[in-house]
Amino acid sequence: MLSDSDITALILTLKLAAISTLILMIIGLPLAWWLARTQWRGRFLIEALVALPLVLPPTVLGFYLLIAFSPNAWLGSWYQQLTGSQLAFSFSGLVVGSVLYSLPFVVQPLQTAFSAIKSDLLDAAATLRASPTDRFFSLVLPMARPGLIAAMVLGFAHTLGEFGVVLMIGGNLPGETQVASVAMYEHVDTLQFGNAHALAGALLILSFVLLAGVYATHKRYSVLRW
Amino acid sequence: MSLDLSLDMQRDDFALQMDIRLPEQGVSAFYGPSGCGKTSVLRVIAGLDRAAKNQVHFQSAAWQHGDTFVPAHQRGALLVSQHSDLFPHLSVHGNLQFAAARAPRSSTRFALNEVVSHLGLAPLLDRSVSKLSGGERQRVAIARALCGVPDLLLMDEPLAALDSVAKQSLLPYLEQLSRHFDVPIIYVTHSLDEIAQLADYLVVMSRGAVAYHGPTAEMLTRLDAPLAQAESAESVVPAQVVAHDAEYGLSYLDSPMGRVSLVQRPLPLGAEVRLRIAARDVSITLEPQTGSSILNVFPAVVDSMMRLSPALTLVRVLAGEKPATAVPVVARITSLSANRLALKPSKSVFIQAKSVALF
Repeated sequence: MLSDSDITALILTLKLAAISTLILMIIGLPLAWWLARTQWRGRFLIEALVALPLVLPPTVLGFYLLIAFSPNAWLGSWYQQLTGSQLAFSFSGLVVGSVLYSLPFVVQPLQTAFSAIKSDLLDAAATLRASPTDRFFSLVLPMARPGLIAAMVLGFAHTLGEFGVVLMIGGNLPGETQVASVAMYEHVDTLQFGNAHALAGALLILSFVLLAGVYATHKRYSVLRW
Repeated sequence: MSLDLSLDMQRDDFALQMDIRLPEQGVSAFYGPSGCGKTSVLRVIAGLDRAAKNQVHFQSAAWQHGDTFVPAHQRGALLVSQHSDLFPHLSVHGNLQFAAARAPRSSTRFALNEVVSHLGLAPLLDRSVSKLSGGERQRVAIARALCGVPDLLLMDEPLAALDSVAKQSLLPYLEQLSRHFDVPIIYVTHSLDEIAQLADYLVVMSRGAVAYHGPTAEMLTRLDAPLAQAESAESVVPAQVVAHDAEYGLSYLDSPMGRVSLVQRPLPLGAEVRLRIAARDVSITLEPQTGSSILNVFPAVVDSMMRLSPALTLVRVLAGEKPATAVPVVARITSLSANRLALKPSKSVFIQAKSVALF
Protein backbone atom coordinates (compact mmCIF):
# COMPACT_ATOMS: atom_id res chain seq x y z
CA MET A 1 0.00 0.00 0.00
CA LEU A 2 0.98 3.63 -0.39
CA SER A 3 2.73 5.08 2.62
CA ASP A 4 2.11 8.64 3.81
CA SER A 5 5.37 9.83 2.27
CA ASP A 6 4.42 8.14 -1.00
CA ILE A 7 1.09 9.95 -0.99
CA THR A 8 2.90 13.22 -0.32
CA ALA A 9 5.18 12.44 -3.28
CA LEU A 10 2.21 11.66 -5.51
CA ILE A 11 0.40 14.87 -4.56
CA LEU A 12 3.59 16.86 -5.15
CA THR A 13 3.92 15.20 -8.55
CA LEU A 14 0.35 16.09 -9.49
CA LYS A 15 0.86 19.66 -8.29
CA LEU A 16 4.07 19.95 -10.32
CA ALA A 17 2.35 18.54 -13.39
CA ALA A 18 -0.64 20.87 -13.04
CA ILE A 19 1.41 24.04 -12.59
CA SER A 20 3.85 23.06 -15.33
CA THR A 21 1.00 22.32 -17.73
CA LEU A 22 -0.56 25.70 -17.04
CA ILE A 23 2.72 27.51 -17.73
CA LEU A 24 3.39 25.28 -20.74
CA MET A 25 0.07 26.29 -22.28
CA ILE A 26 0.73 29.97 -21.65
CA ILE A 27 4.12 29.70 -23.38
CA GLY A 28 3.20 26.99 -25.87
CA LEU A 29 0.08 28.59 -27.40
CA PRO A 30 1.74 31.73 -28.77
CA LEU A 31 4.95 29.88 -29.61
CA ALA A 32 3.13 27.13 -31.53
CA TRP A 33 0.92 29.70 -33.28
CA TRP A 34 3.95 31.66 -34.34
CA LEU A 35 5.75 28.52 -35.55
CA ALA A 36 2.67 27.43 -37.50
CA ARG A 37 2.25 30.78 -39.28
CA THR A 38 5.64 32.40 -39.63
CA GLN A 39 7.35 32.63 -43.01
CA TRP A 40 10.68 33.30 -41.32
CA ARG A 41 13.47 31.19 -42.80
CA GLY A 42 15.14 30.59 -39.46
CA ARG A 43 12.04 28.87 -38.12
CA PHE A 44 13.73 25.46 -38.22
CA LEU A 45 16.27 26.63 -35.62
CA ILE A 46 13.52 27.37 -33.10
CA GLU A 47 11.79 24.10 -33.95
CA ALA A 48 15.01 22.17 -33.35
CA LEU A 49 15.56 24.02 -30.08
CA VAL A 50 12.05 23.21 -28.85
CA ALA A 51 12.45 19.55 -29.87
CA LEU A 52 15.82 19.13 -28.12
CA PRO A 53 14.38 17.59 -24.91
CA LEU A 54 12.95 14.78 -27.06
CA VAL A 55 16.43 13.45 -27.79
CA LEU A 56 18.65 14.97 -25.11
CA PRO A 57 19.39 12.80 -22.03
CA PRO A 58 17.39 14.44 -19.22
CA THR A 59 20.54 14.51 -17.15
CA VAL A 60 22.19 16.82 -19.70
CA LEU A 61 19.31 19.28 -19.47
CA GLY A 62 19.35 18.92 -15.69
CA PHE A 63 23.10 19.54 -15.55
CA TYR A 64 22.85 22.82 -17.46
CA LEU A 65 19.86 23.90 -15.40
CA LEU A 66 21.74 23.14 -12.20
CA ILE A 67 24.53 25.44 -13.35
CA ALA A 68 22.06 28.15 -14.38
CA PHE A 69 20.31 27.88 -11.01
CA SER A 70 23.46 28.42 -8.97
CA PRO A 71 23.50 31.76 -7.12
CA ASN A 72 26.54 32.72 -9.21
CA ALA A 73 24.67 32.43 -12.52
CA TRP A 74 22.38 35.27 -13.60
CA LEU A 75 19.18 33.20 -13.46
CA GLY A 76 19.94 31.89 -10.00
CA SER A 77 21.06 35.23 -8.58
CA TRP A 78 18.13 37.04 -10.14
CA TYR A 79 15.72 34.56 -8.58
CA GLN A 80 17.44 34.82 -5.23
CA GLN A 81 17.22 38.61 -5.25
CA LEU A 82 13.56 38.42 -6.19
CA THR A 83 12.43 35.79 -3.68
CA GLY A 84 15.20 35.49 -1.12
CA SER A 85 15.51 31.73 -1.63
CA GLN A 86 17.56 29.74 -4.06
CA LEU A 87 16.21 28.13 -7.18
CA ALA A 88 18.16 24.88 -7.12
CA PHE A 89 16.61 22.11 -5.01
CA SER A 90 13.32 24.00 -4.81
CA PHE A 91 9.85 23.30 -6.15
CA SER A 92 10.07 26.39 -8.37
CA GLY A 93 13.26 24.99 -9.85
CA LEU A 94 11.39 21.79 -10.67
CA VAL A 95 8.69 23.78 -12.44
CA VAL A 96 11.28 25.52 -14.60
CA GLY A 97 12.90 22.19 -15.44
CA SER A 98 9.59 20.50 -16.20
CA VAL A 99 8.46 23.31 -18.47
CA LEU A 100 11.60 23.09 -20.57
CA TYR A 101 11.59 19.30 -20.52
CA SER A 102 7.95 18.94 -21.61
CA LEU A 103 7.88 21.87 -24.04
CA PRO A 104 8.02 19.77 -27.24
CA PHE A 105 5.17 17.59 -26.02
CA VAL A 106 2.96 20.67 -25.83
CA VAL A 107 4.24 22.71 -28.77
CA GLN A 108 4.21 19.95 -31.38
CA PRO A 109 0.56 18.88 -31.13
CA LEU A 110 -0.46 22.53 -30.96
CA GLN A 111 1.62 23.40 -33.99
CA THR A 112 0.20 20.45 -35.92
CA ALA A 113 -3.35 21.51 -35.06
CA PHE A 114 -2.70 25.17 -35.90
CA SER A 115 -1.07 24.31 -39.22
CA ALA A 116 -4.18 22.38 -40.24
CA ILE A 117 -6.33 25.53 -40.01
CA LYS A 118 -6.80 26.95 -43.50
CA SER A 119 -5.66 30.54 -43.80
CA ASP A 120 -8.71 31.17 -46.03
CA LEU A 121 -10.95 30.79 -42.97
CA LEU A 122 -8.92 33.34 -41.07
CA ASP A 123 -8.96 35.68 -44.07
CA ALA A 124 -12.74 35.40 -44.27
CA ALA A 125 -12.98 36.14 -40.55
CA ALA A 126 -10.67 39.12 -40.94
CA THR A 127 -12.92 40.70 -43.55
CA LEU A 128 -15.86 39.97 -41.22
CA ARG A 129 -14.22 42.44 -38.84
CA ALA A 130 -12.61 39.94 -36.46
CA SER A 131 -9.33 41.35 -35.13
CA PRO A 132 -6.26 39.09 -34.87
CA THR A 133 -6.88 38.44 -31.15
CA ASP A 134 -10.55 37.84 -31.82
CA ARG A 135 -9.68 35.36 -34.59
CA PHE A 136 -7.31 33.50 -32.27
CA PHE A 137 -9.84 33.05 -29.51
CA SER A 138 -13.05 32.65 -31.50
CA LEU A 139 -11.71 30.52 -34.35
CA VAL A 140 -8.22 29.16 -33.86
CA LEU A 141 -8.63 27.79 -30.34
CA PRO A 142 -12.04 26.14 -30.90
CA MET A 143 -10.92 24.63 -34.21
CA ALA A 144 -7.67 23.37 -32.64
CA ARG A 145 -9.46 21.90 -29.64
CA PRO A 146 -8.34 18.28 -30.16
CA GLY A 147 -4.74 19.50 -30.44
CA LEU A 148 -5.22 21.62 -27.34
CA ILE A 149 -6.44 18.67 -25.31
CA ALA A 150 -3.67 16.45 -26.62
CA ALA A 151 -1.08 19.08 -25.72
CA MET A 152 -2.41 19.48 -22.20
CA VAL A 153 -2.59 15.76 -21.52
CA LEU A 154 0.83 15.04 -23.01
CA GLY A 155 2.41 17.92 -21.11
CA PHE A 156 0.78 16.74 -17.89
CA ALA A 157 1.56 13.05 -18.38
CA HIS A 158 5.12 13.69 -19.44
CA THR A 159 5.77 15.81 -16.37
CA LEU A 160 4.39 12.97 -14.22
CA GLY A 161 7.09 10.70 -15.54
CA GLU A 162 9.97 13.11 -15.19
CA PHE A 163 13.00 11.63 -13.44
CA GLY A 164 16.45 12.59 -14.68
CA VAL A 165 15.96 16.34 -14.62
CA VAL A 166 14.41 16.22 -11.15
CA LEU A 167 17.25 14.15 -9.83
CA MET A 168 19.80 16.69 -11.11
CA ILE A 169 18.12 19.93 -10.00
CA GLY A 170 15.70 18.89 -7.27
CA GLY A 171 17.37 16.26 -5.25
CA ASN A 172 15.09 14.25 -3.03
CA LEU A 173 13.53 16.54 -0.40
CA PRO A 174 10.21 15.09 0.82
CA GLY A 175 7.35 17.57 0.37
CA GLU A 176 9.52 19.95 -1.67
CA THR A 177 11.20 18.10 -4.51
CA GLN A 178 10.58 14.41 -3.91
CA VAL A 179 8.28 13.47 -6.77
CA ALA A 180 6.78 10.01 -7.28
CA SER A 181 9.37 8.75 -9.76
CA VAL A 182 12.23 9.70 -7.46
CA ALA A 183 10.50 8.24 -4.42
CA MET A 184 10.01 5.03 -6.33
CA TYR A 185 13.66 4.91 -7.30
CA GLU A 186 14.53 5.24 -3.65
CA HIS A 187 12.24 2.35 -2.74
CA VAL A 188 13.95 0.13 -5.30
CA ASP A 189 17.35 1.31 -4.14
CA THR A 190 16.51 0.28 -0.59
CA LEU A 191 14.83 -2.94 -1.74
CA GLN A 192 11.32 -1.87 -0.62
CA PHE A 193 9.68 -3.56 -3.57
CA GLY A 194 6.18 -3.47 -2.07
CA ASN A 195 6.19 0.35 -1.90
CA ALA A 196 7.82 0.55 -5.34
CA HIS A 197 5.02 -1.62 -6.75
CA ALA A 198 2.35 0.61 -5.27
CA LEU A 199 3.85 3.83 -6.66
CA ALA A 200 4.71 2.32 -10.03
CA GLY A 201 1.18 0.94 -10.34
CA ALA A 202 -0.33 4.31 -9.42
CA LEU A 203 1.72 6.12 -12.07
CA LEU A 204 1.02 3.45 -14.68
CA ILE A 205 -2.73 3.58 -14.15
CA LEU A 206 -2.81 7.38 -14.03
CA SER A 207 -0.86 7.73 -17.28
CA PHE A 208 -2.92 5.08 -19.02
CA VAL A 209 -6.22 6.64 -17.97
CA LEU A 210 -5.07 10.06 -19.22
CA LEU A 211 -4.00 8.77 -22.62
CA ALA A 212 -7.00 6.50 -22.99
CA GLY A 213 -9.18 9.52 -22.32
CA VAL A 214 -7.56 11.46 -25.16
CA TYR A 215 -7.78 8.61 -27.64
CA ALA A 216 -11.34 7.79 -26.67
CA THR A 217 -12.71 11.29 -27.14
CA HIS A 218 -10.64 12.26 -30.17
CA LYS A 219 -9.81 9.10 -32.00
CA ARG A 220 -10.82 10.59 -35.33
CA TYR A 221 -8.02 13.10 -34.99
CA SER A 222 -4.48 11.96 -35.53
CA VAL A 223 -2.88 14.66 -33.40
CA LEU A 224 -1.29 12.16 -31.07
CA ARG A 225 0.30 10.13 -33.83
CA TRP A 226 2.95 12.51 -34.98
CA MET B 1 -15.82 59.27 -55.36
CA SER B 2 -16.09 55.54 -54.93
CA LEU B 3 -13.45 52.82 -55.11
CA ASP B 4 -10.14 54.05 -56.50
CA LEU B 5 -7.38 51.57 -57.13
CA SER B 6 -3.83 52.37 -58.06
CA LEU B 7 -1.90 49.12 -57.98
CA ASP B 8 1.73 48.42 -58.62
CA MET B 9 2.90 45.13 -57.24
CA GLN B 10 4.96 42.14 -58.31
CA ARG B 11 3.24 38.75 -58.43
CA ASP B 12 5.15 35.52 -58.92
CA ASP B 13 5.38 35.74 -62.68
CA PHE B 14 4.04 39.16 -63.67
CA ALA B 15 3.52 42.68 -62.46
CA LEU B 16 0.07 43.78 -61.39
CA GLN B 17 -0.42 47.36 -62.48
CA MET B 18 -3.60 49.37 -62.83
CA ASP B 19 -5.19 52.71 -62.21
CA ILE B 20 -8.92 52.52 -62.11
CA ARG B 21 -11.98 54.09 -60.54
CA LEU B 22 -14.99 51.87 -60.02
CA PRO B 23 -18.56 53.14 -59.69
CA GLU B 24 -20.01 53.31 -56.21
CA GLN B 25 -23.13 51.35 -56.96
CA GLY B 26 -24.05 48.07 -58.55
CA VAL B 27 -21.88 45.16 -59.55
CA SER B 28 -18.40 45.85 -60.88
CA ALA B 29 -16.85 42.73 -62.35
CA PHE B 30 -13.23 41.84 -62.97
CA TYR B 31 -13.13 39.44 -65.88
CA GLY B 32 -10.18 37.55 -67.28
CA PRO B 33 -8.56 34.13 -67.62
CA SER B 34 -7.20 32.23 -64.61
CA GLY B 35 -3.96 33.68 -63.36
CA CYS B 36 -4.49 37.18 -64.78
CA GLY B 37 -4.40 38.67 -61.29
CA LYS B 38 -8.10 39.27 -60.61
CA THR B 39 -8.06 37.53 -57.25
CA SER B 40 -4.97 39.49 -56.26
CA VAL B 41 -6.89 42.71 -56.92
CA LEU B 42 -9.67 41.51 -54.66
CA ARG B 43 -7.26 40.60 -51.87
CA VAL B 44 -5.67 44.04 -52.10
CA ILE B 45 -9.10 45.67 -51.80
CA ALA B 46 -9.92 43.45 -48.82
CA GLY B 47 -6.68 44.36 -47.08
CA LEU B 48 -5.42 40.76 -47.09
CA ASP B 49 -2.43 41.50 -49.33
CA ARG B 50 -0.21 44.48 -49.12
CA ALA B 51 2.41 46.02 -51.36
CA ALA B 52 4.15 49.29 -50.64
CA LYS B 53 3.17 51.17 -53.79
CA ASN B 54 -0.52 50.26 -53.84
CA GLN B 55 -3.17 52.87 -53.20
CA VAL B 56 -6.75 52.03 -52.30
CA HIS B 57 -9.40 54.63 -51.53
CA PHE B 58 -12.98 53.76 -50.71
CA GLN B 59 -15.49 56.60 -50.52
CA SER B 60 -13.87 59.13 -48.23
CA ALA B 61 -11.48 56.68 -46.56
CA ALA B 62 -7.87 55.98 -47.53
CA TRP B 63 -7.57 52.22 -47.07
CA GLN B 64 -4.04 52.22 -48.29
CA HIS B 65 -1.96 55.23 -49.15
CA GLY B 66 1.71 55.68 -48.35
CA ASP B 67 2.21 54.58 -44.77
CA THR B 68 -1.51 54.29 -44.15
CA PHE B 69 -2.76 50.74 -44.21
CA VAL B 70 -6.17 49.96 -42.75
CA PRO B 71 -6.15 46.26 -41.74
CA ALA B 72 -8.79 43.95 -43.21
CA HIS B 73 -10.88 43.79 -40.05
CA GLN B 74 -11.40 47.55 -40.02
CA ARG B 75 -12.38 48.01 -43.68
CA GLY B 76 -15.92 46.73 -43.97
CA ALA B 77 -15.10 45.03 -47.28
CA LEU B 78 -16.54 41.56 -46.73
CA LEU B 79 -15.29 38.62 -48.77
CA VAL B 80 -17.21 35.67 -50.22
CA SER B 81 -14.76 33.25 -51.80
CA GLN B 82 -15.06 30.36 -54.18
CA HIS B 83 -14.78 27.82 -51.37
CA SER B 84 -17.22 29.62 -49.08
CA ASP B 85 -14.88 29.28 -46.07
CA LEU B 86 -17.58 28.58 -43.50
CA PHE B 87 -16.37 28.10 -39.94
CA PRO B 88 -16.57 24.33 -39.38
CA HIS B 89 -17.01 24.47 -35.62
CA LEU B 90 -20.15 26.60 -35.87
CA SER B 91 -23.63 25.78 -37.19
CA VAL B 92 -25.17 27.74 -40.04
CA HIS B 93 -26.77 30.06 -37.50
CA GLY B 94 -23.47 30.29 -35.63
CA ASN B 95 -21.72 31.41 -38.80
CA LEU B 96 -24.31 34.11 -39.43
CA GLN B 97 -24.22 35.16 -35.79
CA PHE B 98 -20.42 35.42 -35.94
CA ALA B 99 -20.76 38.06 -38.63
CA ALA B 100 -23.75 39.85 -37.08
CA ALA B 101 -22.03 40.12 -33.69
CA ARG B 102 -19.12 41.97 -35.27
CA ALA B 103 -21.12 44.36 -37.40
CA PRO B 104 -20.26 47.98 -36.58
CA ARG B 105 -23.89 49.08 -36.39
CA SER B 106 -27.27 47.42 -36.30
CA SER B 107 -29.09 47.64 -39.57
CA THR B 108 -32.66 46.70 -40.41
CA ARG B 109 -31.60 46.14 -44.01
CA PHE B 110 -28.98 43.56 -43.02
CA ALA B 111 -30.81 42.12 -39.99
CA LEU B 112 -30.14 38.42 -39.60
CA ASN B 113 -33.80 37.43 -39.95
CA GLU B 114 -34.14 39.59 -43.02
CA VAL B 115 -31.10 38.03 -44.68
CA VAL B 116 -32.17 34.50 -43.72
CA SER B 117 -35.59 34.89 -45.24
CA HIS B 118 -34.30 36.64 -48.35
CA LEU B 119 -31.86 33.81 -49.07
CA GLY B 120 -34.28 31.09 -48.00
CA LEU B 121 -32.01 29.74 -45.28
CA ALA B 122 -34.56 29.22 -42.51
CA PRO B 123 -34.64 25.40 -42.90
CA LEU B 124 -30.85 25.21 -42.72
CA LEU B 125 -30.18 27.33 -39.63
CA ASP B 126 -29.50 24.49 -37.19
CA ARG B 127 -27.56 22.43 -39.71
CA SER B 128 -23.85 21.72 -39.28
CA VAL B 129 -21.96 23.35 -42.13
CA SER B 130 -20.41 19.99 -43.04
CA LYS B 131 -23.92 18.76 -43.97
CA LEU B 132 -24.57 21.41 -46.63
CA SER B 133 -24.45 20.98 -50.39
CA GLY B 134 -22.12 23.18 -52.43
CA GLY B 135 -24.89 25.56 -53.41
CA GLU B 136 -26.18 25.78 -49.85
CA ARG B 137 -22.71 26.49 -48.52
CA GLN B 138 -22.33 29.36 -50.94
CA ARG B 139 -25.74 30.77 -50.02
CA VAL B 140 -24.74 30.65 -46.34
CA ALA B 141 -21.43 32.35 -47.15
CA ILE B 142 -23.26 35.15 -48.93
CA ALA B 143 -25.74 35.46 -46.07
CA ARG B 144 -22.89 35.57 -43.59
CA ALA B 145 -21.26 38.46 -45.42
CA LEU B 146 -24.59 40.30 -45.53
CA CYS B 147 -25.18 39.78 -41.79
CA GLY B 148 -21.84 41.50 -41.24
CA VAL B 149 -23.32 44.75 -42.65
CA PRO B 150 -20.90 45.22 -45.55
CA ASP B 151 -19.95 48.60 -46.94
CA LEU B 152 -18.57 46.72 -49.90
CA LEU B 153 -19.09 43.09 -50.87
CA LEU B 154 -16.20 41.23 -52.50
CA MET B 155 -17.07 38.04 -54.38
CA ASP B 156 -14.28 35.82 -55.68
CA GLU B 157 -15.70 33.42 -58.27
CA PRO B 158 -18.60 32.47 -55.98
CA LEU B 159 -20.08 30.09 -58.56
CA ALA B 160 -16.90 28.54 -59.94
CA ALA B 161 -16.88 25.50 -57.67
CA LEU B 162 -20.55 24.66 -58.24
CA ASP B 163 -22.22 22.32 -60.73
CA SER B 164 -24.53 23.89 -63.30
CA VAL B 165 -27.73 23.08 -61.40
CA ALA B 166 -26.43 24.75 -58.24
CA LYS B 167 -25.22 27.68 -60.34
CA GLN B 168 -28.64 28.21 -61.86
CA SER B 169 -30.27 28.10 -58.45
CA LEU B 170 -27.87 30.65 -57.00
CA LEU B 171 -27.80 33.13 -59.88
CA PRO B 172 -31.22 34.66 -59.19
CA TYR B 173 -30.07 35.55 -55.67
CA LEU B 174 -26.89 37.15 -56.94
CA GLU B 175 -28.74 39.05 -59.62
CA GLN B 176 -30.77 41.14 -57.20
CA LEU B 177 -28.30 41.22 -54.32
CA SER B 178 -26.69 44.57 -55.00
CA ARG B 179 -29.99 46.33 -55.64
CA HIS B 180 -31.99 44.64 -52.89
CA PHE B 181 -29.44 45.31 -50.17
CA ASP B 182 -28.10 48.51 -51.69
CA VAL B 183 -24.50 47.39 -51.41
CA PRO B 184 -21.78 47.78 -54.05
CA ILE B 185 -20.26 44.48 -55.17
CA ILE B 186 -16.88 43.73 -56.67
CA TYR B 187 -17.26 40.45 -58.52
CA VAL B 188 -14.39 38.38 -59.87
CA THR B 189 -15.13 35.76 -62.52
CA HIS B 190 -13.84 34.05 -65.64
CA SER B 191 -17.36 33.27 -66.84
CA LEU B 192 -18.87 35.41 -69.57
CA ASP B 193 -22.33 34.15 -68.62
CA GLU B 194 -21.99 35.60 -65.14
CA ILE B 195 -20.73 38.88 -66.57
CA ALA B 196 -23.67 39.18 -68.93
CA GLN B 197 -26.11 38.35 -66.18
CA LEU B 198 -24.69 40.21 -63.21
CA ALA B 199 -22.19 42.91 -64.05
CA ASP B 200 -23.13 46.57 -64.38
CA TYR B 201 -19.56 47.65 -64.89
CA LEU B 202 -16.92 45.49 -66.52
CA VAL B 203 -13.16 45.48 -66.10
CA VAL B 204 -11.43 43.14 -68.53
CA MET B 205 -8.01 42.06 -67.28
CA SER B 206 -5.11 40.49 -69.04
CA ARG B 207 -1.84 39.50 -67.39
CA GLY B 208 -1.98 41.88 -64.47
CA ALA B 209 -3.28 44.91 -66.34
CA VAL B 210 -6.64 46.37 -67.33
CA ALA B 211 -7.30 45.71 -71.01
CA TYR B 212 -10.40 47.92 -71.07
CA HIS B 213 -13.26 48.86 -68.77
CA GLY B 214 -16.65 50.54 -68.83
CA PRO B 215 -20.39 49.84 -68.48
CA THR B 216 -21.09 46.18 -69.33
CA ALA B 217 -23.48 46.86 -72.21
CA GLU B 218 -20.85 49.10 -73.82
CA MET B 219 -17.96 46.73 -73.25
CA LEU B 220 -19.81 43.68 -74.61
CA THR B 221 -20.49 45.54 -77.84
CA ARG B 222 -17.07 47.04 -78.45
CA LEU B 223 -16.26 45.76 -81.90
CA ASP B 224 -12.50 46.09 -81.44
CA ALA B 225 -12.54 43.82 -78.39
CA PRO B 226 -12.50 40.00 -78.22
CA LEU B 227 -15.82 39.81 -76.36
CA ALA B 228 -17.84 41.15 -79.30
CA GLN B 229 -15.77 39.24 -81.83
CA ALA B 230 -16.37 35.84 -80.23
CA GLU B 231 -18.75 33.39 -81.89
CA SER B 232 -20.84 33.49 -78.68
CA ALA B 233 -20.93 37.30 -78.51
CA GLU B 234 -24.11 38.79 -77.13
CA SER B 235 -25.58 42.13 -76.19
CA VAL B 236 -27.25 42.86 -72.89
CA VAL B 237 -30.34 45.07 -72.59
CA PRO B 238 -32.24 45.95 -69.41
CA ALA B 239 -36.00 45.41 -69.45
CA GLN B 240 -39.04 45.40 -67.21
CA VAL B 241 -41.99 43.01 -67.28
CA VAL B 242 -45.15 45.02 -68.09
CA ALA B 243 -47.78 42.46 -69.08
CA HIS B 244 -48.56 38.79 -69.56
CA ASP B 245 -50.70 37.56 -72.42
CA ALA B 246 -52.41 34.36 -71.34
CA GLU B 247 -54.06 33.76 -74.73
CA TYR B 248 -50.78 33.51 -76.61
CA GLY B 249 -48.62 32.59 -73.64
CA LEU B 250 -46.37 35.59 -74.00
CA SER B 251 -44.75 38.05 -71.63
CA TYR B 252 -44.27 41.64 -72.70
CA LEU B 253 -41.36 43.70 -71.49
CA ASP B 254 -40.44 47.32 -71.90
CA SER B 255 -36.86 47.99 -72.90
CA PRO B 256 -34.99 50.99 -74.30
CA MET B 257 -35.22 49.24 -77.70
CA GLY B 258 -39.01 49.09 -77.53
CA ARG B 259 -41.61 46.48 -76.56
CA VAL B 260 -40.16 42.96 -76.37
CA SER B 261 -42.25 39.80 -76.58
CA LEU B 262 -41.10 36.56 -75.02
CA VAL B 263 -42.55 33.15 -74.31
CA GLN B 264 -44.30 33.64 -70.97
CA ARG B 265 -42.17 33.52 -67.83
CA PRO B 266 -43.33 33.26 -64.22
CA LEU B 267 -42.18 36.77 -63.40
CA PRO B 268 -44.16 39.38 -61.46
CA LEU B 269 -45.20 42.55 -63.25
CA GLY B 270 -42.57 45.22 -62.71
CA ALA B 271 -39.73 42.70 -62.39
CA GLU B 272 -36.49 44.08 -63.75
CA VAL B 273 -34.55 41.63 -65.87
CA ARG B 274 -31.77 41.49 -68.39
CA LEU B 275 -32.26 40.42 -71.97
CA ARG B 276 -29.43 38.68 -73.76
CA ILE B 277 -29.38 38.91 -77.50
CA ALA B 278 -26.87 36.73 -79.35
CA ALA B 279 -25.10 38.64 -82.12
CA ARG B 280 -25.66 35.77 -84.58
CA ASP B 281 -29.43 35.90 -83.97
CA VAL B 282 -29.73 39.55 -84.95
CA SER B 283 -30.56 40.42 -88.55
CA ILE B 284 -30.78 43.84 -90.15
CA THR B 285 -33.43 45.17 -92.54
CA LEU B 286 -33.94 48.55 -94.12
CA GLU B 287 -37.76 48.47 -93.72
CA PRO B 288 -39.80 47.12 -90.80
CA GLN B 289 -40.79 43.65 -91.99
CA THR B 290 -44.49 43.04 -91.54
CA GLY B 291 -44.64 39.72 -93.32
CA SER B 292 -42.34 38.01 -90.88
CA SER B 293 -42.78 35.57 -88.02
CA ILE B 294 -40.25 37.47 -85.96
CA LEU B 295 -41.95 39.49 -83.21
CA ASN B 296 -39.06 41.53 -81.94
CA VAL B 297 -38.25 44.24 -84.43
CA PHE B 298 -36.75 47.54 -83.33
CA PRO B 299 -35.66 50.75 -85.03
CA ALA B 300 -31.94 51.38 -84.82
CA VAL B 301 -29.11 53.48 -86.16
CA VAL B 302 -25.83 51.96 -87.33
CA ASP B 303 -23.07 53.07 -84.98
CA SER B 304 -19.97 51.31 -86.25
CA MET B 305 -18.95 48.30 -88.35
CA MET B 306 -16.06 45.93 -88.50
CA ARG B 307 -15.22 43.29 -91.07
CA LEU B 308 -14.30 40.26 -89.01
CA SER B 309 -13.35 38.02 -91.92
CA PRO B 310 -14.01 38.13 -95.65
CA ALA B 311 -17.37 36.49 -94.98
CA LEU B 312 -18.48 38.09 -91.73
CA THR B 313 -19.12 41.65 -90.62
CA LEU B 314 -20.00 42.92 -87.17
CA VAL B 315 -22.44 45.79 -87.04
CA ARG B 316 -22.99 47.73 -83.85
CA VAL B 317 -26.30 49.60 -83.80
CA LEU B 318 -27.97 51.83 -81.25
CA ALA B 319 -31.45 50.36 -80.91
CA GLY B 320 -34.50 52.34 -79.79
CA GLU B 321 -36.95 55.01 -80.88
CA LYS B 322 -35.26 57.76 -78.93
CA PRO B 323 -31.56 58.40 -79.57
CA ALA B 324 -31.06 59.51 -75.97
CA THR B 325 -32.01 56.14 -74.51
CA ALA B 326 -30.96 53.89 -77.38
CA VAL B 327 -28.84 50.88 -76.36
CA PRO B 328 -25.96 49.18 -78.18
CA VAL B 329 -26.66 45.86 -79.88
CA VAL B 330 -24.26 43.86 -82.04
CA ALA B 331 -25.35 42.02 -85.16
CA ARG B 332 -23.16 39.40 -86.80
CA ILE B 333 -24.09 39.31 -90.47
CA THR B 334 -22.49 38.33 -93.76
CA SER B 335 -20.28 40.89 -95.42
CA LEU B 336 -22.33 40.37 -98.57
CA SER B 337 -25.53 41.46 -96.81
CA ALA B 338 -23.78 44.45 -95.30
CA ASN B 339 -22.76 45.46 -98.77
CA ARG B 340 -26.19 44.90 -100.36
CA LEU B 341 -27.86 46.98 -97.65
CA ALA B 342 -25.14 49.62 -98.08
CA LEU B 343 -24.76 49.79 -94.32
CA LYS B 344 -22.69 52.63 -93.00
CA PRO B 345 -22.49 54.53 -89.71
CA SER B 346 -25.55 56.71 -88.88
CA LYS B 347 -27.78 54.87 -91.40
CA SER B 348 -31.26 54.16 -90.02
CA VAL B 349 -32.21 50.47 -90.05
CA PHE B 350 -34.37 47.92 -88.24
CA ILE B 351 -33.01 45.02 -86.29
CA GLN B 352 -34.82 41.73 -85.87
CA ALA B 353 -33.94 39.51 -82.96
CA LYS B 354 -34.77 35.93 -83.82
CA SER B 355 -34.41 34.91 -80.20
CA VAL B 356 -34.12 36.90 -77.02
CA ALA B 357 -32.95 35.11 -73.91
CA LEU B 358 -33.88 36.13 -70.46
CA PHE B 359 -32.24 35.44 -67.16
